[in-house]
Amino acid sequence: MTDLFSKFDPLIAIRKEMLSHGGRDPFSVVMEKVLSPTKAIIKGKPVTLLGTYNYMGMTFDPDVIAAGEKALKEFGAGTTGSRVLNGTYQGHKACEDALKDYYGMEHAMVFSTGYQANLGMISTLAGKGEYVIIDADSHASIYDGCRLGNAEIIRFRHNSPEDLDRRLARLPKEAGKLVVLEGVYSMLGDIAPLAEMVAIAKKHDALILDDEAHGMGFFGKNGRGVFEELGLEGQIDFIVGTFSKSVGTVGGFCVSNHPQFEILRLVCRPYVFTASLPPSVIATAEASIRKLQKAHDKREHLWKNSRRLHGGLTEMGFTLGTKTAQSAIIAVILPDQEQAVAMWQALLELGLYVNLARPPATPAGMFLLRCSLCAEHSDEEVTEILAMFKKAGQITGVLAA
Amino acid sequence: MTENKAIWQQTVALIEPFNKKEVPLTEDTSFATGLEWDSLTVMDFVAAVEDEFDISISMNLQAEIETVGQLVAVIEKLVNEK
Ligand SMILES: Cc1ncc(COP(=O)(O)O)c(C=O)c1O
Repeated sequence: MTDLFSKFDPLIAIRKEMLSHGGRDPFSVVMEKVLSPTKAIIKGKPVTLLGTYNYMGMTFDPDVIAAGEKALKEFGAGTTGSRVLNGTYQGHKACEDALKDYYGMEHAMVFSTGYQANLGMISTLAGKGEYVIIDADSHASIYDGCRLGNAEIIRFRHNSPEDLDRRLARLPKEAGKLVVLEGVYSMLGDIAPLAEMVAIAKKHDALILDDEAHGMGFFGKNGRGVFEELGLEGQIDFIVGTFSKSVGTVGGFCVSNHPQFEILRLVCRPYVFTASLPPSVIATAEASIRKLQKAHDKREHLWKNSRRLHGGLTEMGFTLGTKTAQSAIIAVILPDQEQAVAMWQALLELGLYVNLARPPATPAGMFLLRCSLCAEHSDEEVTEILAMFKKAGQITGVLAA
Repeated sequence: MTENKAIWQQTVALIEPFNKKEVPLTEDTSFATGLEWDSLTVMDFVAAVEDEFDISISMNLQAEIETVGQLVAVIEKLVNEK
């Protein structure tokens, strides 16, 4: 009998090669202490965090922490139950109310993670003989939602409205269709041409699900996401989001105005067959969402940080994922694994943590250093970050000396 | 059968630009092990086939197709159903 692990041999070989030059493994970093949304201790050394998706820096907000502590004391460490049985506490309802207010929508459903929100929504909404139409560069949770369900899955070329139009036109007119989009694509930090996409989906009578995981908190006047920024309010059928980025805790959700939305609580398996979020987590999420609604100054500072990092890195000669700063993700594209790992290690030695991303998570086989900015990065920190990039680029030879 | 032949030729022509290693094509040539295509190449190729024949090959259906012969059979079926 073959070893069940033999299929992982190619990956094991790639990792061996990656670590053979010495240095640290980019996928086994341990944060020994976390001092603030932008600083942690790794291997005993203080490090600036530039790869956390903690966009709005809510993880250490005093009101958020106080809400969590209170709920932990009053409601205990966990719910030990599903949302549909003993796992819905008043906090879960209050959190859903906060989401309804935040989005100005009728219904909200909180899942245990954003991954499960996509799994649940996509696999439940589209059934046998119906169609889910997804972008080729969709997040893993969208692909996995497709695999969990029984619908036919059609892919279109990344961010191409023409390709979406052509593919929708070929499908049977009467069949139910769900088009799944993302406001921000998290690998390169590019945003979707949502206005064109939404118009096309509507032309073909498809419902639209928009994942705003990387858009919530700082796009649009109310921080609702890219769709708000682009003036598409009232046109998206289902907005999916996560608490693990701007909200600063863990959890996922879907908001909608669909009149039958509430039935999903009984038929959506990733909602039903797992325990609900602990009271402390739910309380921190609610407090954070309420504060994010009014965080106008923070939004502005985050955008300023993003534009400064993008401008500075471009000037140094790095190749970036987008021509301008489209979101709070700035992706540095490197030619191969060796240079990407060398840069990543040099940055960490200098005191900067970024995300290393490699195929198959990345589009077109790219190696990326993914940077995500935080509203709590000070102007001085952004200046230091740029200096560290310059130095690391020169040490590794990625930049001309 | 004659139609099948026309589809075969059209399909072979579509494979050509992606057949970097110039693998000789038979009905039994496998996309994964014969042509050694990765998932990105498969994606681009499927889009080209869909556009050429004006058909939809869902990911569910793609998962069942391993060889060039199987693809031609699927294309023929979908073209006839139109
Ligand atoms: C686009 C997108 N959707 C969904 C998720 C899943 O979010 P969560 O971390 O809450 O599972 C993520 C984050 O990894 C994401 O980037």
